[in-house]
Amino acid sequence: MLKMIKFSLVLAVGLLFLVAMPFGSFADTPQKGGTLNLVHSQFVSLNSAIQSGVATMIPGAQLFAGLVRLDEKFQAVPYLARSWETSGDGLTWTFHLANNATFHDGKPITSEDVAFSLETVKKNHPFGVAMFGNVDRVETPDPHTAVFKLSKPTPSLLPSLSPVLMSIIPKHVYSSPEPIRTHPANIKTVGSGPFKFADYKPGEFLILDRYDKFFIPGRPYLDRLIFHIMKDPTSIAISLERQKTQYSAYTSISLRDIDRLEKLDYLKVTRKGYEAIGPLSWLAFNVRNKPLDDVRVRQAISYSIDRKFINQKLLIGRSVQATGPLHHGSHFYSGDVEKYDLNIDKANKLLDQAGYPRKDKGIRFSLMMDYEPTSPEIQKNIAEYIREALQSVGIDVKLRTSPDFPTWMRRISNWDFDLTIDTVFNYPDPVIGVHRTYICSNIKKGVMWSNTQGYCNPKVDEILEKASVEKDFTKRKALYVEFQKIVTQELPVAWTFEVPYHTIYHKDLGNPPLTVWGAMAPFDEVYWVKEPK
Amino acid sequence: MALFTLVIRRTVYGLILVFAVILLNFTLIHIAPGDPAEMLAGEMGGATQEIMASIRVAYGLDKSIPEQFLIYLGRMARGDMGTSFYYNQPVTELILQRIPETLSLSITALMMAIILGIILGTIASQNPQGWFSGMVTVGSIAGFAAPVFWVGIMLLILFAYLVPLFPGFGIRTVALTGGPVIQALDFLHHLVLPAVTLAIVFLAQYSRLMRASMLDVLGSDFVRMLRAKGLRERVVVYKHGMKNAILPVITIAGLQFSMVFGGAVIVETVFNWPGMGQLAYESILRRDHPLLLAILFFSAIIVIIVNIVTDLSYRLLDPRIKGGH
Repeated sequence: MLKMIKFSLVLAVGLLFLVAMPFGSFADTPQKGGTLNLVHSQFVSLNSAIQSGVATMIPGAQLFAGLVRLDEKFQAVPYLARSWETSGDGLTWTFHLANNATFHDGKPITSEDVAFSLETVKKNHPFGVAMFGNVDRVETPDPHTAVFKLSKPTPSLLPSLSPVLMSIIPKHVYSSPEPIRTHPANIKTVGSGPFKFADYKPGEFLILDRYDKFFIPGRPYLDRLIFHIMKDPTSIAISLERQKTQYSAYTSISLRDIDRLEKLDYLKVTRKGYEAIGPLSWLAFNVRNKPLDDVRVRQAISYSIDRKFINQKLLIGRSVQATGPLHHGSHFYSGDVEKYDLNIDKANKLLDQAGYPRKDKGIRFSLMMDYEPTSPEIQKNIAEYIREALQSVGIDVKLRTSPDFPTWMRRISNWDFDLTIDTVFNYPDPVIGVHRTYICSNIKKGVMWSNTQGYCNPKVDEILEKASVEKDFTKRKALYVEFQKIVTQELPVAWTFEVPYHTIYHKDLGNPPLTVWGAMAPFDEVYWVKEPK
Repeated sequence: MALFTLVIRRTVYGLILVFAVILLNFTLIHIAPGDPAEMLAGEMGGATQEIMASIRVAYGLDKSIPEQFLIYLGRMARGDMGTSFYYNQPVTELILQRIPETLSLSITALMMAIILGIILGTIASQNPQGWFSGMVTVGSIAGFAAPVFWVGIMLLILFAYLVPLFPGFGIRTVALTGGPVIQALDFLHHLVLPAVTLAIVFLAQYSRLMRASMLDVLGSDFVRMLRAKGLRERVVVYKHGMKNAILPVITIAGLQFSMVFGGAVIVETVFNWPGMGQLAYESILRRDHPLLLAILFFSAIIVIIVNIVTDLSYRLLDPRIKGGH
């Protein structure tokens, strides 16, 4: 009898385990090992200290550490810096570094490297000055303390110290006379992050292996990351379906394919992980050209665009309307602005008021529209729709195709355009990616993604200048709310939608990177619950 | 004329042609709007004026175009083809890396197309009104008219997805363990679909061409004489007919080889096969001057060499072309 009871008890407990296992409630300790195959695109260099762009930043976040990292709420969390304090006036930031950190060649990571990296980024990174223009110098009182001395308070400092924005690079490698942009270590990297460079074949793949002496013990869990360099949307979709690749961020496949992949039970699709990049798409106005110099004309154009149609039909419900200069995931976002819901009557009235009545064939005036020749789903299709929309209010739009990207870029950056569809990233703080579009001082011919529209309102410049040094969050937010109110009235651009980037990953991937940086964050906590064969 | 003189003359003409090619391409690529600095700035999502200026200086783009051309020629004379703006590797290295992939793809595809084309064309010519001949005709029109990318994607979906026999992207399974035999088999496994896709277009042409050429040859006087002599039909067709009918196919194949070598961009893109075609196409989009010029230079040389070889092979196949009577 006792034997029976014992036996059934053991059986019951055993069954309990068996049932509980798939739900992971017991076995939630990440296991070490396994290879992750990612879909990736061709990159110029792996040195994220001087090169930005998706293709560099995703592997860059694995190869290089940063002082801090951001969590799902944009909060800075210790990374290479285990703790930090700031002085009352906000002009001195003291970071205490991990004392066991080494580069991939075994040499210790010290505050000298932090200072060197800061100088390098400030001088060479496209956003270096925007992020660290206020940093006078980095003092190094001892090898594990780095003191940032600022000339003005800089509330955007912490997000700017993320691994992909201020990558910690080895001073002893880059101090060689070789100019940094062509340095061989930009490919055969000596990094500070959880994964180290193993192999690279241009056009084929990049392999990163675990760095065993990473300063967070026990991490990373994965043995190896293989980035497959792929361009063709069909073969990307097939590789994900056949589980030959198991992770794809900023996936360049059609939205309809994403629908199809989402239905597979072994894949997960998410729109999370793009908040720190904050990608917006808009119709840009060259406000120097008549009749776009009249704000009523710009507003009329914005009222003629049916954003619901764009989001629900053209982008099959996979994107969100953009209502202003900030991504809705930003802490400074304000929805209390004019959203320009479709209103054809108002559009027609505004155009009449502006002094552009309909003439023969009902046309008021003619404009030329450009668009980027890449990704037709978010560029060409939108442009063609907007042309039709504007036709209905009497604006004759001619589409101008650019044979390739540099041609389009050349035209827009040299102000040779009327209207263009454009995609611009916010980045984690408005100082980095937002100000550049709207301030008078950034009207620079020949520079892409500057204030190419030619919009200039000294009040806006003043507000943004104040916001860039305002330490108090509430006051800062109030400034940005005012900013959003003004520019959504004056409309240097008509915001249309937030770019529908998606991440597709295998369901058995544990701790998939879903902080605000998404794929551009270190994969040190990622593991295989069960590696697919 | 003597073989030696022919080769010399062709080589000299070839070199003049190559120089003209370099000059023309150099001019064209500098006329195209947008320069490498802008392209890099585009990849980065923005760049300040200072950074773009420093990029231009680093790549020698701040000098005048004639000056840049002379500097380029000077370097070439010393054997330095330059460093890719985009990959930051010597262009010769990049090109050499891609040559095995490109050669294997183009040679395999063309060989398949030639051999199959000759066989199909010959069989079709035996019964020109028959159903087989009709199939060859219709099939070749379809194969020729169908866009290459469509054929590629169809094969990809059929044999890499619905019936997953083949990988569908890349030239190898990354980090595959195993000796050279396993690596070679893995490579061949990846080669099948792209080679077949590329072959189909050419097969269409060659089979039809062979069919027409055979019909032409088999209707000629000397064949009638051979039949009158009493030779068996099989000998007439295979020994005498084919040898003569092949000539047009070889000519076309020779011309197309050089095209395929640098131009199989579409197949390479669909199958993520990193070949010269993709490299050339992307270097245009990226305004990667040194790489593009180097590719065009090598392509020009290959075209010239292949043409010389084609001419020489005529002499082997056709004894009428020997002396300069």
